[in-house]
Formats: sequence, C-alpha cells, structure tokens
Amino acid sequence: MSDLASSAAPPLPAAADKLKFYGLWLAVIVALLVLPKLFSSGGSLTTFSLIGISIIFALSYNILLGQTGMLSFGHAVYYGLGGFLAIHAINIVAKNKFAIPLPVIPLIGGLTGLVFAALLGWVSTRRSGTAFAMISLGLAELVASSALILRTFFGGEAGVSANRTKVFRLFDWSFGPQIQIYYLVAAWTLLAVLAMYALTRTPLGRMCNAVRDNPERVQFVGYDPHVIRYLAFCFSGFFAGIAGALAAINFEIANSAYLGAVQSGTVLFATYIGGIGFFIGPIVGAIFVTILSLGLSDLTPVWQLYFGLIFIAVVMYAPGGLTGLLMMHRPLLRAGTLTRVLPSYAVAFVPTLAMITGLMLAIETIVHFTVNPGDDSHIKSFGIPFDAASPYIWAMAAMLIFGGFYLSRKTWTRVAQAWDEALSSARDKGVAA
Amino acid sequence: MLELIVISTLNGVLFGMLLFLMASGLTVIFSMLGVLNFAHASFYMLGAFFGFQISRWVGFWPALLIAPLLAGAIGAGVERYGLRRVHKNGHVAELLFTFGLAFAIEEIVQIIWGKSPVDFRVPPLLDFPAFTIFSTNYPAFKMFMLAVSIVIFVGLLVVLKKTRIGLIVQAALTHPHMVGHLGHNVGRIFMLVFGVGTALAAVAGVIAGPALVTQSNMAGLLGPILFVVVVVGGLGSLPGAFVASLLIGLVQTFAVSMNGSLAGAFGPLSPDYAATWLSDIWNVTIAQIAPIMPYLLLVLILIFRPMGLLGTRDT
Repeated sequence: MSDLASSAAPPLPAAADKLKFYGLWLAVIVALLVLPKLFSSGGSLTTFSLIGISIIFALSYNILLGQTGMLSFGHAVYYGLGGFLAIHAINIVAKNKFAIPLPVIPLIGGLTGLVFAALLGWVSTRRSGTAFAMISLGLAELVASSALILRTFFGGEAGVSANRTKVFRLFDWSFGPQIQIYYLVAAWTLLAVLAMYALTRTPLGRMCNAVRDNPERVQFVGYDPHVIRYLAFCFSGFFAGIAGALAAINFEIANSAYLGAVQSGTVLFATYIGGIGFFIGPIVGAIFVTILSLGLSDLTPVWQLYFGLIFIAVVMYAPGGLTGLLMMHRPLLRAGTLTRVLPSYAVAFVPTLAMITGLMLAIETIVHFTVNPGDDSHIKSFGIPFDAASPYIWAMAAMLIFGGFYLSRKTWTRVAQAWDEALSSARDKGVAA
Repeated sequence: MLELIVISTLNGVLFGMLLFLMASGLTVIFSMLGVLNFAHASFYMLGAFFGFQISRWVGFWPALLIAPLLAGAIGAGVERYGLRRVHKNGHVAELLFTFGLAFAIEEIVQIIWGKSPVDFRVPPLLDFPAFTIFSTNYPAFKMFMLAVSIVIFVGLLVVLKKTRIGLIVQAALTHPHMVGHLGHNVGRIFMLVFGVGTALAAVAGVIAGPALVTQSNMAGLLGPILFVVVVVGGLGSLPGAFVASLLIGLVQTFAVSMNGSLAGAFGPLSPDYAATWLSDIWNVTIAQIAPIMPYLLLVLILIFRPMGLLGTRDT
C-alpha cells in the first residue's frame, strides 16, 4: 500500500529543495527590480518590455506545443484580439471615466483571449497533429482577413490607437514614462510565468503531457483527450491575450499585423529555438529572438533570412532548442566527465565558425549585387568593410564554405565519439542520462 | 446573368484545376511521407520566378519544361538532405522544417527578384482571344492553362493506376515497410515522389505566373488556401483533394463576381441597429468576403464533417 502511494504521488520536497525553489523566484524578483537601475536608457527599457511581452506569449504558446503537443500556426489570433480589446477598453475607460486603473487592463485582454479560444477551440482541438496545425492556420487566416473587413472595430489598415495616460490613475502613476511601463510589464510577466509554471504542476498539466505522449492510453484511463486539448487551448489563449494587451499598452496602438501570420511565425520561432522540452526554454527563446531581431535588423537588411536559417539549423541539428543543448550536458557535468568533450568542441568550433563566416560573406555579397546593384562595391556588413566585387572575396567565401564544411564534418564526428565516451563513463559512475 | 455564370464557371474550374495541380502533389507527399509540406506553395512560387527568368533568356516554351525540372530537383534535394535527416525527430519537426524552408525561400526570392511584381508576360503565341462569348473575350492563355492542367491530371491518373511505378507508389502509401522488404528502394521512391510533387507545383507556377501576379508574396497568399483544400477534401485523399479544389475554385470565383450585401437584400426593411453597430457586417458585399470564403468553408466542414469530404482517416 505504501509502495503504491509513493509511486502514485511524488515525494514531498525536502527543505533544501524548497529553499532553492523559492530562492530562485526571489532572485528573479530582485533582478527585475534592479535591471532598470543598471540599464536606465530608454532604448534598453523598451527592449526589456518587449522581452517581457515576448516571454508571456512564448510561454503561452508552449502550453500548446511543448506541453500538449499541438503545433499551432495561428496563435497570434488570441494575442491580437487581446490587444484590440485592451485598446478599446482603454478608450472606453478614458471616455467614461471609469475607476479602472491601467494595470487591470491586461486582464481584459486575457479574458478576451480566453473567450475566443473557448469559441474557436472546440472545433479546432477535435483533432491533433497535422490536422490541428492546418486548422489553426485556416482559422488564423479567417480572423486576420476579417479584421480588414470589419473596419469599425479593427480600424482597417491603420489600426486603433489609444492614450494610456488618460485612464484612471492609482497612486499618481501616469504610465507615460517607459520606466513605469517596464514595471507594469515586469509585474505581469512575473505573475503570468508563475501561473503558467503552477499550471504545469497541476493534474491538468500532467494530463496534457499524457495527451501529448499517448492520447490512446489517456482514453483508456478514462479521460477525453479532446477535452484536455481544449482546456489547454483555453489557458493558452488566456495568457496570449495578456501578452497582446501588454503589447497594445506598450505601443498604444493595435493593428491587423498583431493578428497576422508573421506574429504567429515569430512566436513559433522563439519557442522552438528556445526549446520546447523545458519550462524555461520559451523564456530563453523569447529573450534570444527579441534581442537578435532588434540587433540583426541594425546590422543587415536581410536579417529575416538569417532568422529563417537559424530556425532551420535548430530544427535540423538541435531539436531540443538552446535549452535542450545545454541540458544535454547536465549528466556529464554531474559525473565530472565534461572536460573530455570540451577539447573536441574547441576543435570543431573553428571550421564550423569558418563555414558560417563564409556563408554570411556569400549572402552579403549576393545581396549587394541583387538588392542595390549600381552602388559602390565597397560595402560594410556586420561592421566589417570589404569589396564585394573583388574575386578574392568570392574565392575566400567559397573556400570558407567548402573547406569549413569538409573539416567540420570530420571534427563533429570526433565530437560524437568523445561524447559517447564521456556519456558511457558518466553512466558507469551511476549518473542517469 | 448567363454570361456571368459561364465566365465564372470557366474561371472557377481553371482556378480549381490549378489548385489541384498543387494539392495533388501535396496529398501524395502527405500520404507517403506523413509530412505536410508547408513549403509546397513556395515551390509554386519558385516555379513562377524560374519560369519568368528562363523565359527571359530562352523563351516561354523551354521555361515551361526547365523551370519545373529545376524546382523538382531542388525539391528532391530538400527531401534527401533535409527532411530525411529531420525524420527521426518526428512529424512536428518535419512540419517545422518545411515551415522554416517556406520562410527562407520567400526571403531568398525577395533578395533576388525584389518585393514588387515582376513583368511575366503571356507568350506572344498565345496572346489572342480564344473565343468571344456574350461580348467577353476569353484569353487563349487561360484555355492553355486549363488544357495543361487537364493533361497533367489525366497523366497522373494513368501513371498511378496503370503503370508499375504507380503500383509501387500506391503500395508504399499504405505499406512502406513491405515495399522495402520486396526489394524496392523506399528512400529513393520518397525522394522521387517529393521531386515530382514539387515539380507539379512548379508547373502550376509557370502557367499561373503570366495570368496572375508573379510576386514574392504569392506563396504566402496561396499556401493557406492550399491547406484548406487538403483539409476540406480529407487529409491524404486524392479524389477528395480534386473535389475540394474544384469546390473552392468555383466558390471563390463566383463570390468575387457577386455584389450583394445584407443591406442590399433587405433594402428599406433593414432594422435600425443595422446602420449603427452592425454596419460593417450589414454593408459588406459578397465580393469583399470572397478571400475568406475558403476559411468559412473550412470551419463549416470541421463542424459537420471533421475528417473532410472524402477523408477516411482521423489523423
């Protein structure tokens, strides 16, 4: 009997684990409070706000993709509708002078997301897998195209704007300056992350994982996978709505781009690049993708191509995403055999880097000749000046690509060997992989 | 009225056949490899742009042959060096790979040919009105498009039903392992099917390019409709894809030519609230909602027949 009980329920965490757990959240709170003191420029505050919004959105997406195994191509629908309703709410509150302060508005966005997810979710979650993906795409197109038809509500191409400082003020916070928006976003991000983490620990969260792994067995146990997928879909829509409302508050405008395929694609990229297997994955992905898209767009006109190539590379070579890659090393670190792999990494790093440099050089050269052919061929990309017309540059790009490819193939085989050895010796030491 | 019906039917069947050219490849690839090729519409776009570029160099007719071969070769390469590698990570990874590919292809096309439409003209040989009905000239090129798609459709049917290759393909659809045991190279069949499927999409691109607009967003516009076709017809069902292609082609063309709206239908009988907060829905014409018709159809199908018109499986 006691055996059964201990296998059915996880053991209560020890005091040290609890301390570690709550200490982590406390550290996050302190970090969020200190961050604007360290980087106080307007640009970095905006970046932080965008990252926070992106984190909520990506985590809400991972409730579907990572936890319930549903690949959605239309998650921006709930994000965008949340944003639109939030903008309308701000306008109504300001006009009628309701005593509703701005920090409550994201909740309205969240409820909007929830309502629409509840409406559209029942039909779309009836099937999972590829059919669900296509249905989500079709519904997203339906909503995005309707937004351009229903002009009164969605404001057509221009969108709807609002003034966030006109709403009822609590404690004299006007929410005009970006720093106040930062704290608003930070507080909501913390709340939403906590809530979504808690959701993964509930029985529903566990059943979601079960539906992802084996829906047939879930049916045998007595649950309806459709209902579980539906519930997960509703929660996901709720948090996406919160993210959308925060974005609308941040920009003080909502337009049809919020609902569009690009927005849905971006959250998919962020979540998958970060890693869908771990709770922290989408957070890492959101930070990485936001910073990358802001940084790359300054450096090169074709940043979206790099973005797509990074995504393809992650899908092909690191299906666990960035966090998956890091977590792979945990058993080695515990067993102390990580040092055996590191030298082979260092060796493989050089030709791989050479290949990537060659590819970038080739792309930038081609871009120069196709996008602005008449210009001076002495161009500067990523801060490095070179002559795009010079045959030496072309030869160098070709050499870097092919030489780098050939050598990196050889060196990565060595990495795999070193990896196998390190892992098997870690197993011998009793560390589970 | 009769004029409208005849012209719209012709255009609708034409658009439907074009959709089927693409949907057939998509369906066969899906049933064999189990992966829905998100980049399928991108190969249609590649076909159009290759056709444009090659017809500039050597003329339209060689382009009609070379562009699909080129796109098909790229498709086969994608299967061999991309999809096959991702296959071990499951279907979600495969779908995501093709999604990333679609994204990258659009960017590359934008880099090479720019964002604005290119000037892809109808070849002079076909640049005349084929016949005149009710004072409307029907262009010969459109009849040519129709002829090409019907020829390919019949050819596909014959190959699948009457030849040895078709037999192996049909067998590999349901029992890939058994086909492998019998000594056929399943990997090569997969690569071939992927190549042929993408080449068919490229044929659609080459013949649709001069008639429609050849632009870097054409894949993004057509892709979702293509997936609606596949889902409405029933995932993995070739006859279903055919019915759904024609259905969506006809529905969309007829909707575009209709001008009715709720306000027009009710006229002076409209209730008061229609003029205020319902005004958007009340005044919108059927022509204006034509772009969302396929998606409305999708929602209806999902509610009343979740596995699609002629679909049998529930995955």
